[in-house]
Amino acid sequence: MIKLTDIHKSYEMGSNKLHVLKGIDLDIHQGEFVSIMGSSGSGKSTLLNILGILDNYDQGSYHLGGKLISNMTEKKAAQLRNEMVGFVFQSFNLISFKNAMENVALPLYYKGVNRKKRNMIAMEYLDRLGLKPWAEHMPNEMSGGQKQRVAIARALISKPQIILADEPTGALDTSTSYEVMEILREINDAGITVIIVTHEHDIASMTQKIVRLKDGRIDEVILNGELADFRERYSKELQPV
Amino acid sequence: MFDIDKWQEILATIKKNKMRTFLTGFSVAWGIFMLMILLGSGNGLSNGVAKNFMGDAVNAMWIWSGETTIPYQGLKSGRPIRFHNDDYDVLQSLPGVETVSGRYFMGNTRYSYGKESGEYTTVTCHPELNDVDQNVMLEGRYINKVDIQEKRKVVVLGKDIREALFKDKPALGEYVKVNNVPFKVVGVCVEPESTRNRNAFMPVSTAQMIFNGSNRLHNFAITINGKTLEESQEIEENIRNTFSRKLRFDKTDDSALGMYNKLENYIQTMRIFQAIKIFIWIIGVGTLIAGIVGVSNIMLIVVKERTKEIGIRKAIGASPSSVIGLILLESILITTIAGYIGLVLGTGLMELINFMMVQSAGDVGAQQGDTLFLNPTVDFGVAVASTVLLIVAGTIAGYIPAKRAASIKPIVALRDE
Ligand SMILES: Nc1ncnc2c1ncn2[C@@H]1O[C@H](COP(=O)(O)OP(=O)(O)OP(=O)(O)O)[C@@H](O)[C@H]1O
Ligand SMILES: [Mg+2]
Repeated sequence: MIKLTDIHKSYEMGSNKLHVLKGIDLDIHQGEFVSIMGSSGSGKSTLLNILGILDNYDQGSYHLGGKLISNMTEKKAAQLRNEMVGFVFQSFNLISFKNAMENVALPLYYKGVNRKKRNMIAMEYLDRLGLKPWAEHMPNEMSGGQKQRVAIARALISKPQIILADEPTGALDTSTSYEVMEILREINDAGITVIIVTHEHDIASMTQKIVRLKDGRIDEVILNGELADFRERYSKELQPV
Repeated sequence: MFDIDKWQEILATIKKNKMRTFLTGFSVAWGIFMLMILLGSGNGLSNGVAKNFMGDAVNAMWIWSGETTIPYQGLKSGRPIRFHNDDYDVLQSLPGVETVSGRYFMGNTRYSYGKESGEYTTVTCHPELNDVDQNVMLEGRYINKVDIQEKRKVVVLGKDIREALFKDKPALGEYVKVNNVPFKVVGVCVEPESTRNRNAFMPVSTAQMIFNGSNRLHNFAITINGKTLEESQEIEENIRNTFSRKLRFDKTDDSALGMYNKLENYIQTMRIFQAIKIFIWIIGVGTLIAGIVGVSNIMLIVVKERTKEIGIRKAIGASPSSVIGLILLESILITTIAGYIGLVLGTGLMELINFMMVQSAGDVGAQQGDTLFLNPTVDFGVAVASTVLLIVAGTIAGYIPAKRAASIKPIVALRDE
């Protein structure tokens, strides 16, 4: 599904160059539930953005669904994003002047589905996420958890093969975070690949595979079986020295 | 191109962003509105002045005599110059002169009919006078050639004289006594652009025979066929030289022979108005540019304000062209509607002013006083063209930032600041 080979990415900051990703090799298969962890500034968001074709990379190769993603036109990239990927952001990124239903329906507008039909489908997705009563509400009338669920509904509506979520629980309290993770797990159960970036170990431990980034490289990949071990090790790390 | 869904999306965006819509729309509507008022006023002013000139034939020239102030060929200054019938013939034979009318004024002539009487000015003239004066006949006819040849005792009364003498009795065919000599009334006229119609007109030949026996003329009114200022000045020059030789005065002596060239005056006035028109156009174009700058500014702000929205749209699959389309169509829609509103209000106001002026002018008759303002309306083509220009400019102004916004990576647009 996803195959990264020796991905490099650097940002130009005036005269000096900031080398953020220094050779990432990663394989993610259809239906996996992956979390990306690492300290702040380690390049997690950068990596996720490359996966979502929101950003390009300097070196290496990225194959998505067997197709090489490189140097494509904005138009092609937009089309591919619309078909393949659903995004969930930490700050929700809903369009403020559209209500919940219209926000959810928007990806279908770009797929050329007519208004009536896409609003109907949007209602179905909102209903599935328990948000039917809020369909007519504007984003500023909803709580963080509700907004994130709207964003998830929007990510799902175009039936993507991959959901990319950058700190989807970053702005939510613990119990709401767990609700959101439960929703993401259900999505994953339906066969969709889910990749999230998170700082929180309890969140990460709900996924099947943890990719730890350190200094622009993959430090370690922890699989489901080793999670218990990981949890223990992590609590040690947290202890003050 | 026409896609209901797209327009629904645009209309929804407009509806939800009323302030932005209003600001863009207002600057366009205001620009067009002001432009219409400016151009309308300019047109009104020049129409008014042109109308004032239209009262008399534009190619008319008046020639009158006075006293010399410069000694000439041994003759002292202070010598009166007089026109006679033969000068009429000379004028008529000059090239470029179309029609000539000689005039002899008789002030304070007594007119009476039955018990009514009054003193009026008698203008003795040739039929050609009306080519210059362009008096409007209310009844009957003007003096004609036969009147002159046969020295008929006929008179054309000014409207005021007719009203004073005849009240509402018929006047045509009646005989009025002019200094006790009976004259037949053959016509009644009004002078355009004048509120006083206290002149009576009679054949110059008849008057010379009956009243003073001489062959003197006070002045000439002629029409010329010079089209340009240069041509008409050449004719004027030729007349002056001819009379200077014949009547013996210095040709630079303006008090010996006075001339008023209407065309020259008309052209000069029109030049001034041309300048005013150009000035108004410059202000108008300035207004338009201010409108364009306003629209561009707002478009820049709009695009900046929408950067995040654009990022979101792109992340969920909007192509750059659809983003540009969304922004531009919105701006075109707003500027078109607002431009139309400004157009309707601006031209509407000018039409209203025009309507009220016509109303207050009152009398349906031809006698409108001097108006400085006439028909202050804007040429429809100009109005539409400037609106279209503003829309196009707004589109171009919106296109550049829209294109830039659409081409930035969604990730950049989405980043929180
Ligand atoms: N557009 C950019 N231009 C320049 N530098 C950037 C840009 N985006 C990210 N960076 C830098 O690249 C590095 C990695 O950024 P990235 O956002 O991937 O980190 P992260 O792992 O997601 O961190 P966090 O956990 O704080 O979100 C950081 O040092 C950041 O300052
Ligand atoms: Mg990040």
